Amino acid sequence: MIEVHQAGRSFTISRRTGLLRRERRVVHAVRDLSFTVEAGEFVGYLGPNGAGKSTTIKMLTGILAPTSGHIQVAGLDPTKHRTALARRIGVVFGQRTTLWWDLPLRDSFELIRHLYKVDRVKHRERLDQLTEVLGLGEFMRTPVRQLSLGQRMRGDITAALLHDPAVLVLDEPTIGLDVVSKAAMRGFLRDLNAEQGTTVLLTTHDLGDIERLCRRVMVIDHGRLTFDGTVDALRATAPEESSIEDVVTRLYTAAEK
Amino acid sequence: MVRTYTLLAWTWLRAGAQYPLSMALLTIGTFVVSALDLIAIWIIFEHTGTLGGFTLPEVMFLYGTAMVSFSLADLLFGNVDKLSAHVRAGTFDSMLIRPVSPFVQMAVDRFAVQRLGKLVQAVVVLVIALPQLDVPSSRVWMVPVMVFCGTVIFTAVFTLGGALQFLLTDAPEVANAFTYGGSALTQYPLSVYGTDLVRGVTFVLPLAFVNWQPGLFVLGHEDPFGLPYWLRFAAPLAALLLGAISALAWRAGLRRYRSTGS
Repeated sequence: MIEVHQAGRSFTISRRTGLLRRERRVVHAVRDLSFTVEAGEFVGYLGPNGAGKSTTIKMLTGILAPTSGHIQVAGLDPTKHRTALARRIGVVFGQRTTLWWDLPLRDSFELIRHLYKVDRVKHRERLDQLTEVLGLGEFMRTPVRQLSLGQRMRGDITAALLHDPAVLVLDEPTIGLDVVSKAAMRGFLRDLNAEQGTTVLLTTHDLGDIERLCRRVMVIDHGRLTFDGTVDALRATAPEESSIEDVVTRLYTAAEK
Repeated sequence: MVRTYTLLAWTWLRAGAQYPLSMALLTIGTFVVSALDLIAIWIIFEHTGTLGGFTLPEVMFLYGTAMVSFSLADLLFGNVDKLSAHVRAGTFDSMLIRPVSPFVQMAVDRFAVQRLGKLVQAVVVLVIALPQLDVPSSRVWMVPVMVFCGTVIFTAVFTLGGALQFLLTDAPEVANAFTYGGSALTQYPLSVYGTDLVRGVTFVLPLAFVNWQPGLFVLGHEDPFGLPYWLRFAAPLAALLLGAISALAWRAGLRRYRSTGS
């Protein structure tokens, strides 16, 4: 479902050092990254800040073009077929909404139906279902800017799933959520993956997400993949009885040495 | 694409209609502010009979056609020069994950009825000026052609301004020099400016084809700069060329897009 083959993304940063002199520096946000995600998998993508997680997500969704290597998502090259790919994947950014700030949630969903050209009956069905599961009913008429973070996240997830995508990509979906909302979100994602077979890739700093949701974990650091395997295999990299926090801390700091 | 645009515009209009008073005041506001341009022209004519060799109705005609073109382009696509704000707010990323061209999404973003204020004012000026000019029917056909080409040219300038911001995220004001500067420039007959500037807006950034060159034809006026007669019919060519260049620039910019670090 997702194939990444030796993908890299570098940025040229130029800094003014004198009146006219500029210093150019190349930063590799991601280098030589390769992995495959099969249909129906639930994969957690971990890494310290600035490791290249968001850059990877942006390359998978077609927002950023890779500077080297190849990527295929749902059978399409994200850079070349960005709009076609958009119909097959759902994307959620935890840090910011993809909804229209000033529009009521209901209007946003209606717009999405038109933008993605979803059949009216199917849309109704799916929206009713998501409204019930995520409890959107009470704030459907509220403009997005007036929603609480938890409500907004539920709105964003709904928006990403209305066109029934085969792949769901989530960039820190539980960031800032309280314990109850977080548990509800995790339950929802787990059911979505189990019952509908939706392939899920999520980045997170919350190790609870990893323990409770993911069968497979990938760790990226300094733009390279440093671990790829099951959660149990991840635990096995550290002495027994270590907490998951310890395991990940070891992994993050090992790359420094 | 047109369907998507209309749909999005309609949704924004409905959202705006929740505040009818603010909508009405803003529309009247833009109408009044743009009417000040015209008052400036009238004041000039209080002191002189002609401006750059053109009478008051002729100047109003040149002003009217340029402003109809500009306000149409501004109404429909003016928002594409807000790229750097979208990039910084991260909303541009959200547009890229939708199955609709980000150009259309940006153009229609926050579509509001008050943008009509300027257009209405420009149309009123044109309607007052045209009957006073006695343009023969053999030349009047050029009026819709020049308004259309002018709209395309201004849209292209807005697009270039947006495309430039893929490179200069920190300096969106650079683009304003060409968009709003271009609109201000075309409000007066080009004969009030120097030869070099006129050559520049004829052969480099073809703003002279918005109203000046085709306007000379409609008015049956001699070219004070003595440029070739056929240039009066070159507006479609200029619009096509600039349109193509701006589309290429936009695509090139999109490929180079770097997003923000989050």
